[in-house]
Amino acid sequence: MGMTITEKILAAHAGLEKVAAGDLLNAKLDLVLANDITGPLAIKEFAKIGVNSVFDREKVVLIPDHFAPAKDIPSAQQCLDIKTFARQQQLTHYYEVGRTGIEHCFLPEQGLVVPGDVVIGADSHTCTYGGLGAFSTGVGSTDLAVGMAQGELWFRVPETMKVVFQGVPQNPWVTGKDYILAVIGKIGVDGARYKALEFTGEAISNLSMDGRLTMANMAIEAGAKNGIIAADAKTLEYVLSRAKRPWKTYQSDEDAVYSEVVEIDVTKLQPQVAFPHLPSNVRDVAAAAAANLPIDQVVIGSCTNGRWEDLQAAAQILKNKKIHAGVRVIVIPGTPEIYLRAVREGLVEIFVEAGAVVSTPTCGPCLGGHMGILAKGERAVSTTNRNFVGRMGHPESEVYLANPAVAAASAVLGRIASPEEVL
Amino acid sequence: MAELQKLKGRVWRVGHDVDTDLIIAARYLTHSEGDYLASHCLEDVIPDLTAKVQQGDILVAGKNFGCGSSREHAPVALKYAGFSCIIAQSFARIFYRNAINIGLPVLVAPEAAAALEEGAVLEVDAATGVIKDLTKQQTYRGEAFPAFMLEILSAGGAIPYVREKVKQQYV
Ligand code: SF4
Repeated sequence: MGMTITEKILAAHAGLEKVAAGDLLNAKLDLVLANDITGPLAIKEFAKIGVNSVFDREKVVLIPDHFAPAKDIPSAQQCLDIKTFARQQQLTHYYEVGRTGIEHCFLPEQGLVVPGDVVIGADSHTCTYGGLGAFSTGVGSTDLAVGMAQGELWFRVPETMKVVFQGVPQNPWVTGKDYILAVIGKIGVDGARYKALEFTGEAISNLSMDGRLTMANMAIEAGAKNGIIAADAKTLEYVLSRAKRPWKTYQSDEDAVYSEVVEIDVTKLQPQVAFPHLPSNVRDVAAAAAANLPIDQVVIGSCTNGRWEDLQAAAQILKNKKIHAGVRVIVIPGTPEIYLRAVREGLVEIFVEAGAVVSTPTCGPCLGGHMGILAKGERAVSTTNRNFVGRMGHPESEVYLANPAVAAASAVLGRIASPEEVL
Repeated sequence: MAELQKLKGRVWRVGHDVDTDLIIAARYLTHSEGDYLASHCLEDVIPDLTAKVQQGDILVAGKNFGCGSSREHAPVALKYAGFSCIIAQSFARIFYRNAINIGLPVLVAPEAAAALEEGAVLEVDAATGVIKDLTKQQTYRGEAFPAFMLEILSAGGAIPYVREKVKQQYV
C-alpha cells in the first residue's frame, strides 16, 4: 500500500520508512509558531518544563498580530511578554509591528515555511501552510511549549480525505474561498474531524498560490487536522525566491489509502456566502443577495483573504465606486509587503476614494479584537473564516463569510451582493 | 503511575458545535489567568455559570465540542470554572488535545452524551471511561484513553509529564 503526502511527511520527520493512519509517532519540528495571545501562555508553560533554552533559536517564530498594534494595556503586556522572551532566547524570527503581518500571510511570504515541512503553531489556522505542500497544524499553548523545548511532538497519523475539484469555473468571480466554502458546506464543520484534507484536481492545478493558501487555511473549519495540496511547478516558482531553507516535495502514491474521496465539479459553482453562525451554512451568492439583508460593515483581510490577489479583486470592484452610505469598510493587507504594493500600485487610493479605511496588517476585527467590532444587531460581510456567535463583536451581531469580490460588491450596494450587480 | 481519581458531579448540558469563541470570547484573551477566564466561561450559553457551577460538576455536550480556535484558554476556563470532566458525543481535535495537556479529562461517549439529563449526579472513572448516572442508576461506557494519554492525565498534564521526562534525561 502506498502513502499519502501527509503520511510521507510525518514518516520522514519521525525517521520511519512507512506509516499508516492511526499510528502514533514523534515527529521532528521544522518550525514552531505562536502569537501575542497564545505565546504568553506558552512561555509560562515553557518555564515550568525545566529547560533553559528553546530547541533551536532559528525555528521558533513569535508574531504580534492578534491584538497588535496593542489595543489596550493588557494586550500591550502580552506583546511585551513575547518580545522579552524572544530577546532572552535570542530568537532570529521575532518581528516587531511594522515589519510583520498576520502570521499565516507572513510566514509563507517570507519563505519561513517550505514544502515538506512539519510545522506546529499555537493558532488553529496554522493549517494554512498546507497550501505549500507542508504538514502544518494548530496546537494549544502547552503543546507549543513542549515543541519549543524539545523540537518534536507526538502526532497521531490522520486518515486522509481526498477532495477532487474537477472543471474550470464559468463564473470569473469564483475563487479558492468559494471552493473551500463549498467543501465545508458539503461535509459540515466536523466532516473532516481529525483528518487530513487533501485537495487535488484540475481546478487546484489552475489555482494560484494565494488561492491555495486560502483553501488550506480553512481546512480547520471542516474540523481537519491539516489541509494539503501537493507542491507543483507553481509552488516551486513561489518558493524559489523566498525560501530560507531547502525544501522537499511529496506526492501521494497512486495506491495511497484514503478514508473517503469527495468530488466537486466547479464548472457551475457560484461564489458562496456562509450565513451565521457556522461556516458550513453556505448559499450561492444569488440566493444570499435575494435575502436582501442590509449590512453595516465589510471586512476585507485576514489570514484567509488578506493577500495580494484578494486586495486586487476588491479594488477591481471598488474602482471609481462609492461605498454605500450606511456601510463602513475596513481593508487590511496581510503583510507590510502586500501593503506597500497596494500603495505603489494605487489600490490604497482606490479604497480610500471609495470610502474605505485601510489598516495596518493585524488580525483586528476577524476575532472581534479591535479595528471594527460589531455592535448589537449589526451585520457584516467578511472575507474572514469564522462566523460563530459573537466572533466579531456582540453576541447578537452577525457575520456572513464571502470572497473579496462579493464583500466589495456588498459594500457598494449596502446588502449582500454579487460582483455582477456592481460591474 | 499515579491513579486517576474517580470524579463525581452534577451534569450541565450544552448542544452541538459549541465553539471556543463561545467557551471564552476573544475579548477576554488579553488575560490568561484561570480565574479571570473562568468568570467569563460560556457566558453567552449559561449566564452566571461560575456562580452556579459547583467544584467537580461535569459538562455534557453534543458533537464537535470545542471547535474553532486553538486557544488553550478555553479548557483552562472550563477547568477553573469548576468542571472536573467533559463528556461529549465528539470533540474538535485541538480542544481535545489541549484539555488532556492541561489535565482536564475529556470523554468521548456518544450514548451517555445523548442520554444524560441536566442535574443528574454522575460518577466517572476517567481511566476506564465508565460513567455511572447515580440519579437514574444507569451505566455508560465512554472510549478509553490510549495508554500514554492516560499517563499524561495521571501526571496532571503534559508539562508535569514532560518535566519528568526531561529530568530523567539528565540523570
Ligand atoms: S486573521 Fe483571524 S483567523 Fe487568522 S490568525 Fe488572525 S484572528 Fe486567527
